[in-house]
Amino acid sequence: LKARRLCFQVSAALKEGHVTPTELCQRCLALIKSTKFLNAYITVAEETALKQAEESEKRYRTGQPLGVLDGIPIAVKDNFSTAGIETTCASEMLKGYIPPYSATVVQKLLDQGAVLLGKTNLDEFAMGSGSTDGVFGPVRNPWSYSRQYKEKLVPESHPEGEDSNWVITGGSSGGSAAAVSSFTCFAALGSDTGGSTRNPAAHCGVVGLKPTYGLISRHGLIPLVNSMDVPGILTRCVDDAAVVLGSLAGHDPKDSTTIQDNFKPFELPNLTDVSKLSIGIPKEYHAPGLSSEILALWSKAADLFKNAGANVIEVSLPHTHYSIVCYHVLCTAEVASNMARFDGLEYGHRSDMNKSTESMYAATRREGFNDVVRGRILSGNYFLLKQNYENYFVKAQKVRRLIANDFMKVFRSGVDILLTPTTLSDAIPYIEFIKEDNRTRSAQDDILTQAANMAGLPAISVPTALSERGLPVGLQFIGRSFQEKQLLTVAKWFENQVKFPMIELEEVKRHDHGVFQHHKSASFS
Amino acid sequence: QKVTVDVLDHLERLALVDFRDSEGVERLQKAIQFADQLHEVNTDGVEPMDSVLEDRCLYLREDDVTEGNCTKELLKNAREKVEEYFVAPPGNIPLPKLEERETYLQSS
Repeated sequence: LKARRLCFQVSAALKEGHVTPTELCQRCLALIKSTKFLNAYITVAEETALKQAEESEKRYRTGQPLGVLDGIPIAVKDNFSTAGIETTCASEMLKGYIPPYSATVVQKLLDQGAVLLGKTNLDEFAMGSGSTDGVFGPVRNPWSYSRQYKEKLVPESHPEGEDSNWVITGGSSGGSAAAVSSFTCFAALGSDTGGSTRNPAAHCGVVGLKPTYGLISRHGLIPLVNSMDVPGILTRCVDDAAVVLGSLAGHDPKDSTTIQDNFKPFELPNLTDVSKLSIGIPKEYHAPGLSSEILALWSKAADLFKNAGANVIEVSLPHTHYSIVCYHVLCTAEVASNMARFDGLEYGHRSDMNKSTESMYAATRREGFNDVVRGRILSGNYFLLKQNYENYFVKAQKVRRLIANDFMKVFRSGVDILLTPTTLSDAIPYIEFIKEDNRTRSAQDDILTQAANMAGLPAISVPTALSERGLPVGLQFIGRSFQEKQLLTVAKWFENQVKFPMIELEEVKRHDHGVFQHHKSASFS
Repeated sequence: QKVTVDVLDHLERLALVDFRDSEGVERLQKAIQFADQLHEVNTDGVEPMDSVLEDRCLYLREDDVTEGNCTKELLKNAREKVEEYFVAPPGNIPLPKLEERETYLQSS
């Protein structure tokens, strides 16, 4: 299936009848089965997906598809409510919970005819940067099984054998990233609070878009940090991200934090002249721990823009160093508040303890939440104590303004887009990752991504090149508020320049019946 | 400065979540240490930021009833219910004191 890569192409194939929605759906479902070891999916909604595919087929047959997304298989992170389909947030607290409604973004995709294949795995309640801390186990990065990674592996002296070399997807939207990366769906929804869409996108070699806060409805996205959460979009190319964005953005009366401006979906122009662009390189993003490999790629990317005529300048975001601390306080504080709704009374897990409401709530939460969640709730409550409120919570809110102002100053000085790395290194093996605890890892891994959440700015991670270990590395573009069109246009130009290679997976090859597209053209590294 | 047992107990009551073990308490200590770095930043004259959309007005819709009548749906997810009520254990009973509770903090 040559058209497996892009929404646009497969959409054309559907229109011309080269493939039917049902065939497409069946192939994806079969691929999900054969890539089960990735643990990317928590729930596969086989029956409903096939039904949706059938409906789509009827529409194509009568020549009346709903749009580009009609019949396109998609996956949704399991912290989005989906009516009639179990929504767990990878937690004991919500195991078996079946929402009576769908998140606005899910409904919008379904209304466009998209086929919902299933719910993807994540860190419990989206807290984490590895997709390793959910009750359904960790997600494995599909690139762990790629020819590109395997051929670079030095025969290790791991007694556990081959299977111990697999690398993490990053997180917390790891399941969605893995699903898109392994071709089991064409697009997936993630969420992004501190980098949870961009981080796994970079590690899995896919495009990860974090839209401007207020552009896309959060109604139905089980909240983590109300002032920073956004639904994230994961696709295999920038054009696809623009298509999905087009179907999701816009005011939602059910989410009062969505802006009321009229949103017009757009097609991305093919930028040829970047000479009018001003690209800012924030020097503070040369963070401690940044691998020399990624530093070199970042530098190469800056040169790419420079050589093409763009104005590339070094800029400063002086409070970058404090953004992770600020995020830590604000995040735990909002989490403490948001997790209070889980008490066992109306939905979710309920303890058998029946002595009193207080003790039932305490037991329910004791049984339902993992260490990470409980830890953040307790920290958050500490920072919100009367004696700490001014010194921690309000202080963090003030620092947040300073961080947001840093960006404002840079954009006001004429810079259009910022170019930064997305992660400090390529994906590390799971056995390495778990040596440090969740909070330490999150603090390390979110450093390059979460300032954009602080300031509410749009940001996108674009797969750039393979590392020495044969794993994907992504670079990040941060844009001005609500200027997604400009951001994506530049990202698309960059994507066309670097020609990131396609993952070569055995399972996918088998399903392809021999028709497998190789990108032989010069790649970036 | 270590967090006192009184404060830890207070937090367990407020959060209705337990520290579970010494790791849990350590986790909080480390979190506070980490957060203390904030005090290095000069925020004189800076207003706290609640939302990045602070310059805009929140959307307020008309006060019209547009949905409801979904009692059956909503009750489906509750474990304990009677007719159209959620059933809760007796209220107004405070959480047992530290000495009487089953909590790690007892031993500290």
